[in-house]
Amino acid sequence: MKAVCWMGKKKIEVQRVKDPVILNPRDCIVKITSTAICGSDLHLYDGFVPTMEKGDILGHEFMGEVVEIGPRVKNLKKGDRVVVPFTIACGGCGHCRQAQWSCCDNTNPNAGIAELLNGASGAALYGYSHMMGGYAGGQAQYARVPFADVGPIKIESDLPDDKVLFLSDIFPTGYQAAEQCNIVPGRSTVAVWGCGPVGQFAIRSAMLLGAAKVYAIDNIPERLAMAEAGGATALNSDHGDIHERLMVLTGGRGPDAAIDAVGMEAHGSLYDDVKQRLKLEQDRPYALRQAMRVVRKGGVLSVPGVYSGMIDKVPFGAAFGKGVTFKMGQTHVQSYLQPLLELIEQRKIDPSFVITHRVPLSRAADAYDTFCKKKDGCIKVVLDPAA
Amino acid sequence: MPPRRAAKPPVAPSKIVVPGNSGVKVTRACTILKPASELYSFWRDLANLVLVIKHPTTIQQISPTESRWSVSAPPGDRRIEWTSLIINDEPDRLLAWRSAEDAQIPNAGTVRFEPAPGDQGTEVTVSLEYDPPGGKVGAWLAKLSGEEAGQQVADTLRRFKALMEAGEIPTTEGQPVGEPQKSKKTSK
Repeated sequence: MKAVCWMGKKKIEVQRVKDPVILNPRDCIVKITSTAICGSDLHLYDGFVPTMEKGDILGHEFMGEVVEIGPRVKNLKKGDRVVVPFTIACGGCGHCRQAQWSCCDNTNPNAGIAELLNGASGAALYGYSHMMGGYAGGQAQYARVPFADVGPIKIESDLPDDKVLFLSDIFPTGYQAAEQCNIVPGRSTVAVWGCGPVGQFAIRSAMLLGAAKVYAIDNIPERLAMAEAGGATALNSDHGDIHERLMVLTGGRGPDAAIDAVGMEAHGSLYDDVKQRLKLEQDRPYALRQAMRVVRKGGVLSVPGVYSGMIDKVPFGAAFGKGVTFKMGQTHVQSYLQPLLELIEQRKIDPSFVITHRVPLSRAADAYDTFCKKKDGCIKVVLDPAA
Repeated sequence: MPPRRAAKPPVAPSKIVVPGNSGVKVTRACTILKPASELYSFWRDLANLVLVIKHPTTIQQISPTESRWSVSAPPGDRRIEWTSLIINDEPDRLLAWRSAEDAQIPNAGTVRFEPAPGDQGTEVTVSLEYDPPGGKVGAWLAKLSGEEAGQQVADTLRRFKALMEAGEIPTTEGQPVGEPQKSKKTSK
């Protein structure tokens, strides 16, 4: 089959590799019909995530048709159309039993590496470094889906791929980010840093949850325009001080909740740029700092943006002084699949709004470049595995 | 061996088989969402342990309390064999063992099964002490090669937990990969 392989920093190759096979009794094999590039794939592309190896197959947003089933998978059959969550969960550990799917104890074969670096390992992810499990990803024509009786959701209606594909990651991720803000309908204000795909879904989810106002912060006009189309008030970070403007817009209170949908590669701080390049700091937390300083007293800071290591100069005193609640982590995707599918079926949201580019899988290298450089108005790339 | 927590119920001390302080002593713990009886039963049937010990190991039961073990050990992956004796057996609570007198690498250990607070299952604590080939230098070399005893015990516990809770041990061995892959995919 064809697969998108990570071959080093800024090096993507589409290679012919062998087809995946069932390796464990709870596996299934999915023939992929649609797959996407995630903003978090750019952290891999830019070489900021440790324990990647040349030849690793990327991709964690995919869906397709079940073509093979392991002997212990009883809830799926060949021909089922499924969307696969990017977090791999076993369903049997204490965390899974509490619906903390992304904290699953049992799916990362390389948990020892994550434990050395972070003290503990979360759920394994597809195509997201060896530390995170080393599972081959879904930017390919086929994928092996472990613990297939827990993760994938069957799509039994005729909704097109474009409308359900993003249940795999960015819609639940944006939704969880908004849900964590404890939005009081008609009352709460939410500021969202980063209007990439996760930010866009966080904005629309906050609106669905009844936020009185959503402020969208970015410096890319087409992303701000998309945020406005979703109901947000756009704030271009190149045009004036974000802190001051947000304080004025919220009557001096600050937003009730702040969402950092940027993560480890925020732009805007030369200090962090230099330190990250010199490997003195692993992540660039510019958006996080700004959010911590402006969020309202007693407010919530919700972090769907990915961080992987150490950060410097975090205004912890500001957060402490205001009694801020932090909510963060990988998404418990399995909890959101059914409720969000229902929102799509009820036409409360059409997730395909975010797609700006459709590219054959064989041209994935160009697509990564376009997405990384935000060229050509690129916000979200969907790859066609058949082409 | 030092108890990890003072509050644990008293357990008869196992006979120390590792002379002086030349031995390596490690203790690791994990919590498994299964009753102690189920975990103890799995462990008591020693043949099961080859499923969770990552190193190629053979275990042959000789009598209810005696078993013959064979593992490849660093440095140099030479084959080490010994007879292991169960010296304490409290069903659903504890197993303790030590090697027979003539073992090349004297070793001893315990596994304890204690209820975790609330409905969280069972805390499983493994303590192992052994006299490494080459003494502390050998232990240091093993650590450098990533074969340190603490890591091996942690790996074994992790695999045990996955097998009991998820019914299988996660793996990526045999999955597709692009060229060049600098190291072969192994589960750690």
